[in-house]
Amino acid sequence: MDIKAYIETGILELYVAGQLSEAENQEIYGLLQQHPELLQEVLEIENAIVKLTAAVSPHAIDFDSFKGKLNETDTKVVDLKPKKPNWISYTGWAASIILAGGLLWTLNQKTALELQLQTAETDKIYLETQIEDAKTDLAATKNWLRVIRDKNIITVPLGGQGDFATSFAKVYWNKADNTIYLDAEGLPNAPQGKVWQVWSLTLNPLTPTSLGTIEDFNTDDNKIFAITNANESQAFGITLEPTGGSASPTMEQLYTLGVIDTTP
Amino acid sequence: MADLDTLVNQFQNKNQVAFEKLYSMYNKSIHGVVYNIVKDTAIADEVMQDVFIKAWHKADTYSSKKGRFFTWILNIARNAAIDKTRSKAFKQSKQNLNADFFVDIIAGHDNLDDSTDAIGIKKFVTQLGEKCKAVIELLYFKGFTQKETSEELQMPIGTVKTRNRNCIQQLRDMVL
Repeated sequence: MDIKAYIETGILELYVAGQLSEAENQEIYGLLQQHPELLQEVLEIENAIVKLTAAVSPHAIDFDSFKGKLNETDTKVVDLKPKKPNWISYTGWAASIILAGGLLWTLNQKTALELQLQTAETDKIYLETQIEDAKTDLAATKNWLRVIRDKNIITVPLGGQGDFATSFAKVYWNKADNTIYLDAEGLPNAPQGKVWQVWSLTLNPLTPTSLGTIEDFNTDDNKIFAITNANESQAFGITLEPTGGSASPTMEQLYTLGVIDTTP
Repeated sequence: MADLDTLVNQFQNKNQVAFEKLYSMYNKSIHGVVYNIVKDTAIADEVMQDVFIKAWHKADTYSSKKGRFFTWILNIARNAAIDKTRSKAFKQSKQNLNADFFVDIIAGHDNLDDSTDAIGIKKFVTQLGEKCKAVIELLYFKGFTQKETSEELQMPIGTVKTRNRNCIQQLRDMVL
């Protein structure tokens, strides 16, 4: 084998570079054992490359400072103790969860309280309305009291007539202001399509004059109605008439009648 | 060079003293190769040390039949450095690596000591032809194969081999 020619091919430079196949590497390894001059060549190439590559490095790191890392890695490999639980982390999470729970609870409380407040507000408005109603009622009652206590008032009781003996009413007549106050508590509600009509009567001859119908009878609370009356009435009567009233009273439907007591 | 074989054997038997000797022989070279790829001193420090740690743990996988010990560790170093440049963190920190070749780096070292090696190498890189620079860069520093180098440099595959031989010869003349 021509050793020199073999060297000149440049294969040994590639061998050092690590760019040959495994088979070629094996072959060269065999040749190096047999031919010391080949080995010498390889050593020189390698030496030159080692120096060249070393020249690129800006600095060396001595083995002592590196050794620490080596052992560190060794212990790292051996050291497979289970990781200690991270209590700080756990505590943090627990605190967060408790805090979140607390916030939710507070929110619930707030909603409940708001609801209670709303209910109380509604109750208050309702009570205020009731008070207002009571005041109005009281004022109306006082007014009524004032009316019937008036010294000019003439009281006329109206008795039940015929089939309607249980019915009754009362008229308080204030001649000074031409007004009668009819207390119709003793009359039943007017049925559908019917209405109460109030009459002023003179007796000789018997002449009825309509004082009007009571349209709001069924809905009125105290059943006291103020009606204008400028007539020289001698009696008052109440009949049940078709809605809208009648020109003259339907005598069969005369519920109550009362004559004014003229004896002083 | 029975000494080197003995050292490598001892190293494979986890002899730390032997390992230390091999380390002191090659750490700067490995650092240089890595630095030429990652272009960052701190990262090169880390990768170089990782390379030796890996070599220590994988010592039993080396066989002199497969090649030189230096070639073996050189190969580990190039792969580790290239892996590093492909890592996400590295890509983010090094958006634009400068394109310096080993020659530019050596020429840029102002603080080279005055040893004959340093003087010779500096002289070598300044006198080196462009083709030589590229061939050495690719074959030794970047780990390109002969075929890849021939494609990269648009040079017949046989020419890569002989030209490389000539380039290394020049280097030997100056540093040995």
